[in-house]
Amino acid sequence: MHKLLQGKPESRHFLLGNEAIARGAIEAGVAFATTYPGTPSSEISANLFEISKETELYFEYSSNEKIALELVSASANSGLRSLCLMKHVGVNVAADVLMTLAYLGVKKGLVLLTADDPFMFSSQNEQDNRYYGKLAGLPVLEPSSVDEAKEMIKYAFDLSEQLNEPVIFRTTTRINHSSGIVKLNDIKSPETKGEFVKDPMNYVSVPAVSRKRHKVLLDNLYKAATISDSCSYNFIEGKGSFGIICNGVSYAYVTDSVKDLGIEDKVKILRPGFSNPMPDSLINEFLKGCEKVLVVEEGEPIMEEYVRSAAQKEKITCEIKGKGDGLLSRLYEFNPSIVRSAIASFFGFENKSAVPVDTSDLPALPNRPPNLCAGCSHRAVFYAAKRAGGSDTIYPSDIGCYTLGFLPPVGMGDFVLCMGASIGTACGFSKSTGKNTLAFIGDSTFFHSGINGLVNAVFNNHNITLVILDNRTTAMTGHQPNPGVDMAELGFDTYNQVDIEAVVKSLGVGYVKTVKPYNIRKTQEAIEEAMKFKGVSVVIAKEKCVLYAKQLGQGKKTVFQVNQDKCKNHRNCVNDLGCPAFYIEQNQVKINPEMCTGCSVCAQICPENAISPVKTK
Amino acid sequence: MSNITKLIIVAVGGQGNLLASKILGEAALDAGIQVQMSEIHGMAQRGGVVESSILFGDAKSSIIADGEADILLGFEPLESLRAVAKCNKDTEIITNMRPLQPFTSAIGLAEYPQQEEIEKLLRQKSKNFLGFDATSLAIEAGTSLSLNMVLLGALAQRELIPIDKDLIEKTIKEKTKKQFADTNLKAFHAGFKKAEELG
Repeated sequence: MHKLLQGKPESRHFLLGNEAIARGAIEAGVAFATTYPGTPSSEISANLFEISKETELYFEYSSNEKIALELVSASANSGLRSLCLMKHVGVNVAADVLMTLAYLGVKKGLVLLTADDPFMFSSQNEQDNRYYGKLAGLPVLEPSSVDEAKEMIKYAFDLSEQLNEPVIFRTTTRINHSSGIVKLNDIKSPETKGEFVKDPMNYVSVPAVSRKRHKVLLDNLYKAATISDSCSYNFIEGKGSFGIICNGVSYAYVTDSVKDLGIEDKVKILRPGFSNPMPDSLINEFLKGCEKVLVVEEGEPIMEEYVRSAAQKEKITCEIKGKGDGLLSRLYEFNPSIVRSAIASFFGFENKSAVPVDTSDLPALPNRPPNLCAGCSHRAVFYAAKRAGGSDTIYPSDIGCYTLGFLPPVGMGDFVLCMGASIGTACGFSKSTGKNTLAFIGDSTFFHSGINGLVNAVFNNHNITLVILDNRTTAMTGHQPNPGVDMAELGFDTYNQVDIEAVVKSLGVGYVKTVKPYNIRKTQEAIEEAMKFKGVSVVIAKEKCVLYAKQLGQGKKTVFQVNQDKCKNHRNCVNDLGCPAFYIEQNQVKINPEMCTGCSVCAQICPENAISPVKTK
Repeated sequence: MSNITKLIIVAVGGQGNLLASKILGEAALDAGIQVQMSEIHGMAQRGGVVESSILFGDAKSSIIADGEADILLGFEPLESLRAVAKCNKDTEIITNMRPLQPFTSAIGLAEYPQQEEIEKLLRQKSKNFLGFDATSLAIEAGTSLSLNMVLLGALAQRELIPIDKDLIEKTIKEKTKKQFADTNLKAFHAGFKKAEELG
């Protein structure tokens, strides 16, 4: 039985935030869950996917976030408790659904989990998705700890049912990827048989219906504000004339800081866990008697601006600060020291922080930059494409492992925006500069939103070449399935498989060729030919991710070596490929047999033919 | 005074840092001690730096700011040196001294500092320093993959965290894969003994 189904009620476990959230959803009786994988939300999906194999939970990896949210819009309106999971930028993709789903509402609990990533540990931006609550007019819940996350997601389903609206559950990386002690509770058995009651005058979002539904939404939002005021996730702690308002993980840093500074008797804390709509009466009660108020929130000054305007309404004139003025930043994530310094400096307390050791005398330390894995087929494609396209071609790239190709020595990737954007930007560059443009996109990203770009490129007859790096899985986020994956290999017999080449051909692309990227010459020739083609051309480089192949027991057994008597130290292998299996010892290039995956790419490019397979007896 | 112990563990991806952290978390749970743990694994999956912070005791935060670690446990000497900003003058450092070359220095694009230089700096910057070749002890125990257990052994011997040796041993037995349990315990004892010898 899955680990998260095993624990007895009342037992305590050491769980990752994302495990606690998955367990919370199961305790809430979730029946239907969808996602598109994205860090830091991935482990929630991974656990629910496993759990779905042994329970009645329906779980799916949808091909993008918009589709994922469309599915649960239907399931929640068919009476099933539903959960939709994504990373923060995924909500941008799903936003079109979200804005109008708020008008239509839900019949049964629907929770949209957005995993925000302050500091961008693994994201292209650090947008603050609390704004989506304001934009859509939906409630936002934000847990401050791993154990609270488990309880709060259950409340999110209840709240959604109370309001008949989706609820946004917002985490940050520090909640998703922290572990703590969590007490388990009973698992509610889910209602899994849905029924849809037709009601077109409330469900079909034509103007006449939407005008009516917008009013319903505002009524619900008003009701939400009343609930927020008395919700136990919004609370005031402590007594004093100094006030601190904080949300999410900042609450942990504030609590620890107040204790470290020894000012427990001088400070009171307001923690909104139900943060949209904000609890007005609670805020007024809190502000009265406060001399000064500091708002501690990562990201944007959302609470700060709200509280300032709430104070103005009540003619409360105490000083309210947060972002700027040398206190707190809108950039990156906080830590206990940043928060302690801000509290000490704003309220005028002595900060006796530990002094970090002097690091000014450290020598320059070699970095460990992220690199494509040893034997990664993307490296082979980039090598071939660089030679086919040269330095004058513009190379837009996309989101995935292959984004790393922009780093030296590979240096392939001139413009990366968001999921699927390589194709549209390639068309824009091609049209506006008249230069050759060659775009890179992965298989999962192609299915996510690349297809749309390709349809547009064909219709408008753009002159671009697209290389689809088809490594047969969603590698970056941990090998999740996508529509091109052979699910039978993973032991499933209920899925279909979508063939990329067939899709591309069916769109009317004039030049389509599938290559095996470990064959450098043929790959380069195919890309050269594609680039000569006037119009849209596509090369599909099809080779299973080396890590995924290894997991499936399909890794190559042969490893390669540098024959030292033949090697003349041109170093093309090291300098052009940058494969991490290379190292230099006594001025000679060597290959670490523990890391070599036998791709043979270096052997093909060595001018002395000095690299060959290690003979096994 | 504060009953909180702040431990930073730094390693290179694949060295088993997260399992070591999880064992300490599970042991703390068993001992009835509050514990918060946080891990960083972003884009730097393969061969990148993996850092975890563990706070034992009555803390709500799960991360440790610069200068605030009580103990730095390093799985690789260069990474211990890189993480030294987490230390203050009272921090204790325990580290493996066997280098794992980053790709940049392996291909001669950067220079890996001399081992003596690393040791000198780490000694200078800590209250107590314990450094030894933990990789070779792991290999002697059966596999280089048990490096994390060797270092847990050394950490347990120093009695710097509020969890005793027996409990960590019990957790290793219960929470690591059955087929590796014997090797893991052997590695744990080897690390413990080495720390004892080095005094």
